[in-house]
Amino acid sequence: MTPSYASYNEFKEQLLAAFRDNEERMNGERKSPLHQTRRAALKQFDQLGFPTIRHEEWKYSNVNGLLKQSFELDETTTLTIDDLAPLEIPNLDGNIIYFVNGRYHAELSRLVSPVDQVQIMSFADAVKADPDLIDTHFARYADYQDNAFTALNTALANDGIVIRVPANTTVEQPIILRFITDTRAKNITSQPRNLVVVGKNAEVMMAESYRTLGEGTSFVNVVTEIILERDARMQYYKVQNETEKAYHIGTTQVHQADNSHFYSATVTLNGNFVRNNLNIVLNGQQAEAFMYGLYMPNGRQHVDNHTLVDHAMPNSYSNELYKGILDDNSTGVFNGKIFVRPDAQKTNAYQSCKNVVLSSGATMNTKPQLEIFADDVKCSHGTTTGQLNDEALFYMRSRGIPKDEARTLLLYAFSQDVLSQIKIQPIREYLEKVVTQKLTK
Amino acid sequence: MLSISNLQASIGDKEILRGLNLEVNPGEVHAIMGPNGAGKSTLASVLAGREDYEVTGGSVTFDGKDLLEMAPEERAAEGIFLAFQYPVEIPGVSTTNFLKTAMNEIRKYRGQDTLDAVQFLKLMKEKMKLVNIDQSLLSRSLNEGFSGGEKKRNEIFQMAMLEPKLAILDETDSGLDIDALRIVADGVNKLRSPERATIVVTHYQRLLDYIVPDFVHVLYKGRIVKSGPKELALELEEKGYDWIKAEAI
Repeated sequence: MTPSYASYNEFKEQLLAAFRDNEERMNGERKSPLHQTRRAALKQFDQLGFPTIRHEEWKYSNVNGLLKQSFELDETTTLTIDDLAPLEIPNLDGNIIYFVNGRYHAELSRLVSPVDQVQIMSFADAVKADPDLIDTHFARYADYQDNAFTALNTALANDGIVIRVPANTTVEQPIILRFITDTRAKNITSQPRNLVVVGKNAEVMMAESYRTLGEGTSFVNVVTEIILERDARMQYYKVQNETEKAYHIGTTQVHQADNSHFYSATVTLNGNFVRNNLNIVLNGQQAEAFMYGLYMPNGRQHVDNHTLVDHAMPNSYSNELYKGILDDNSTGVFNGKIFVRPDAQKTNAYQSCKNVVLSSGATMNTKPQLEIFADDVKCSHGTTTGQLNDEALFYMRSRGIPKDEARTLLLYAFSQDVLSQIKIQPIREYLEKVVTQKLTK
Repeated sequence: MLSISNLQASIGDKEILRGLNLEVNPGEVHAIMGPNGAGKSTLASVLAGREDYEVTGGSVTFDGKDLLEMAPEERAAEGIFLAFQYPVEIPGVSTTNFLKTAMNEIRKYRGQDTLDAVQFLKLMKEKMKLVNIDQSLLSRSLNEGFSGGEKKRNEIFQMAMLEPKLAILDETDSGLDIDALRIVADGVNKLRSPERATIVVTHYQRLLDYIVPDFVHVLYKGRIVKSGPKELALELEEKGYDWIKAEAI
């Protein structure tokens, strides 16, 4: 079924070669369960190939633009701390961990939490230091059978972060992962792979931030697996503010045990082509997941949010609110799936997606999908897409607020339903500032 | 202060105002009455600058300036205030934040210094007493989930804060029970002053029991067909509008 675009196969061949390259540099690791998984994933990637728009999950998101680009699989960088000044998030405190072109950057990173609160290791270090943790969890949750990009990431996984929070522990300082792609010298692709295990009754706040430096093209294909053991609580934020030449495909896969609580916000401010998959399996009773999202594409940007909540056990709860502000000729996609398994009686699942389309050239595609196999559940979903409320604008103007100011105030208020959920204050303030700038541009 | 001459306005292809004349001086209260569809709300909307209406002829000057050339926000800054028949719900924006933005934008327009948070709160407290409105209402999203009475009271509160030269009350009595009506009218009366003019647009006479007008005008088919003292309102209440319609033809 794979269409035969020349560039298509060229990129794929390059990635397959990268795998062989990695493999050659391995010694004992080659026989490890980790590497066997990588091999299986590579085989799967090879078979699947890149998705086309005939694939139901990629109907509105055409990756051909990405596949026409050429990238170097070269993580070397000359980046120094001075180069990061324009990317700074003011007043940010905590564990700030830098990845440059997908590689953990020890010099730039700063760990402040004591090791009895949290163990934070680069993926490469964790493979050596704690192979059991990797073997127990790696690729057990993020499915690479059907998703070519997850398969690709799994096959090439060799750096990223591994976080383990011991039972009954609260990590006091947030963990901020900053993924910087340095395209000043060349077009760069990277495959970060993260694993977060939050122990019983433990609590942590984490954010992933994606930025690009330079004028080149970037492609980040990231997978983050998160395991919440019983009674665990996590705040998780994913923030993208990359360039107009940035391609980003990411999967966050969450696995929740009894009475665990997961709160997330996914904020997409800038990027050429962005696909966020957020998949949550509520595999325990009284497990709760809250998912917020905000996307603000303009120009010819494309932002696609796919969410999946799988209610596998009884008495679980999910609540989802995604909001979009689309300008110029941008396109947005929201696809929200909710599964309620036959055993998952007394499930409560709510989903809402609201969009404001500011120009006639912008398009929003929404698709809620509810598949309910239990009979005693409460589920609701709703999507709205419309223009800015003229009545509200006139009302504000009639009180003396100029049109542009009124428009900004209304859209800012619209975005606040999502931003106000972010509990890491410097990140929330940073986002509020960037959102305001984007709205007043 | 306000001088409307031969004003004509339409929405789409529909002509609504067909040559309306009205003079309003400082300190005066004018009631505009008339049957449904006469053009009462259109007049209020055109004066406030609602863009759905197209002015096809005539002129409106306000303190000597051409009102029709101004954007809605400029009219507000010049001192015009429209109390909406249906105040709009604005999710996520509190009345306090909304009013602070509005006041400071108006002050900027007039070349005045903007108010800081302390000055603003002081003024707000003062005006809250005047219209008997609760603080908790003002920190909520503007009009969202407010009852009909709360919305109208909030309109009068905004009017008290912005201190317009000309207040236009568009069917402020609609949807109000008698107690709410009294509170709203009381607020309006407290704001009456020799410098401030008020236009009360209403279908029913009952509001005029509380806000007593100096002049009553009857609007019919887009024109003022009869003007008189406050007693005219009582006559309309008693006889309805049919005799006016008959007279107008």
